[in-house]
Amino acid sequence: MHSDTGRRSALALLAGAAALAALPAAALTDGQARGLVDKVVGDINSIINSGRSEQAMYGDFEKLFRRYGDVPIIARTALGPDARSATSQQLSAFADAFAVYLSRKYGRRFREFIGGRIEVEGTRKVRDYYEVVSNTVLKGQAPFEVVFRVSDKSGRDLFFDIVIEGISLLKTERTEIGAMLDKRRGDLDALIRDLRA
Amino acid sequence: MTRTKTAGLAALLSLALLGACSTPEQPTEIHDPYEKTNRKIHAFNKGLDSAIVRPTSRVYGLALPKPVRRGISNFANYVDTPRFIVNDLAQGNIDDAGHNFTRFVLNTVFGLGVLDMAGSIGVETRRTGFGETLYTWGAREGAYIELPAIGPSNERDAVGQVVDFISNPISGVIDASDEWIPPTANVMDRVNQRYEFGATIDSLLYESEDSYAQGRSLYLQNRRFELGQEDAFAFDPYDDPYSEDPYAQ
Repeated sequence: MHSDTGRRSALALLAGAAALAALPAAALTDGQARGLVDKVVGDINSIINSGRSEQAMYGDFEKLFRRYGDVPIIARTALGPDARSATSQQLSAFADAFAVYLSRKYGRRFREFIGGRIEVEGTRKVRDYYEVVSNTVLKGQAPFEVVFRVSDKSGRDLFFDIVIEGISLLKTERTEIGAMLDKRRGDLDALIRDLRA
Repeated sequence: MTRTKTAGLAALLSLALLGACSTPEQPTEIHDPYEKTNRKIHAFNKGLDSAIVRPTSRVYGLALPKPVRRGISNFANYVDTPRFIVNDLAQGNIDDAGHNFTRFVLNTVFGLGVLDMAGSIGVETRRTGFGETLYTWGAREGAYIELPAIGPSNERDAVGQVVDFISNPISGVIDASDEWIPPTANVMDRVNQRYEFGATIDSLLYESEDSYAQGRSLYLQNRRFELGQEDAFAFDPYDDPYSEDPYAQ
């Protein structure tokens, strides 16, 4: 009896392994989404507690954003319908300037995170992407929720939005970039120059 | 509660529940038919902030040591707790009502209202208000409005804020001569928040190229999150019609 059970489970294991091998490798799993955010959070934690100068931290944040974030899609979404009429050179110059602008704007805010910590709590699947939910604990403040939205549609596992207490970075920047473009009468090149400055 | 107060409350309630709120035919992310007026109020609020609120908050923050400021804010939260409990019950949220009741007892007995002993053992504050009660009763959000001196709101929450202001149950148990204390504590708590989150508020008000649109977006997103509403307008940029293939370069 015993050996029978053993053989059956061995067979089942083999069948399982075959089924696994047959699965398309592309689908993002919650483990991968979580893995990406674990790396992001680990890097953020080490940057904010590195004791480096503010200027150096901006550079670190920019690198982090480019490594783990889907910069082309975030920039394009922030640009909104205006992205349609832009040339591909303008789009890539804008994505570049946008990365610089974001790291400065939010890098400055991360100073408030010094001494705090971000903990990944869990993941959930929403439509075609994953949300990785984390909890941020800062000294003397009530903990708040930070959600990373992760997708593999770029060919790599990257985050495309960060949502803090319901506030989406993507939406917030779409509003801001829209206002900036309006102020410059839709002149994308002027906007790119100003974002870099 | 006086008779006029009760009548006023009843009028506000029927206003909110009968759907006097301006509601679009199709749900939209931002419903702002009063934008022109709202922008004027926003400019006024910004002026008020730079002339009075911001400088006051800096004096307040620098003059009073942090434990004192925290004590005042704890007290503001403490006197609001009976109001939270009443609203929890009105929402049928027995769990939060019990939680807030426990907080109130613990902080009365061990904290004299100024120490948040309950919070320090994990019975954290769970704020609520009449705006949330209206939401659970089915009232719609209505149009976005910016209120003078108060800031971003919507039609439903504006009614909630008025009711919250005039109907704190604690005023039923304290002496009439002490009635100024809870609202004063609340104002001081708001000044403290302006100090504590100063950099965040500064960057919103003075660094954004359209602080009105930015404040409106932040408020609506955060408020819907607080109420536990699903993000019906979540961006999936990979489905964005404008980005058929951002990787083709």
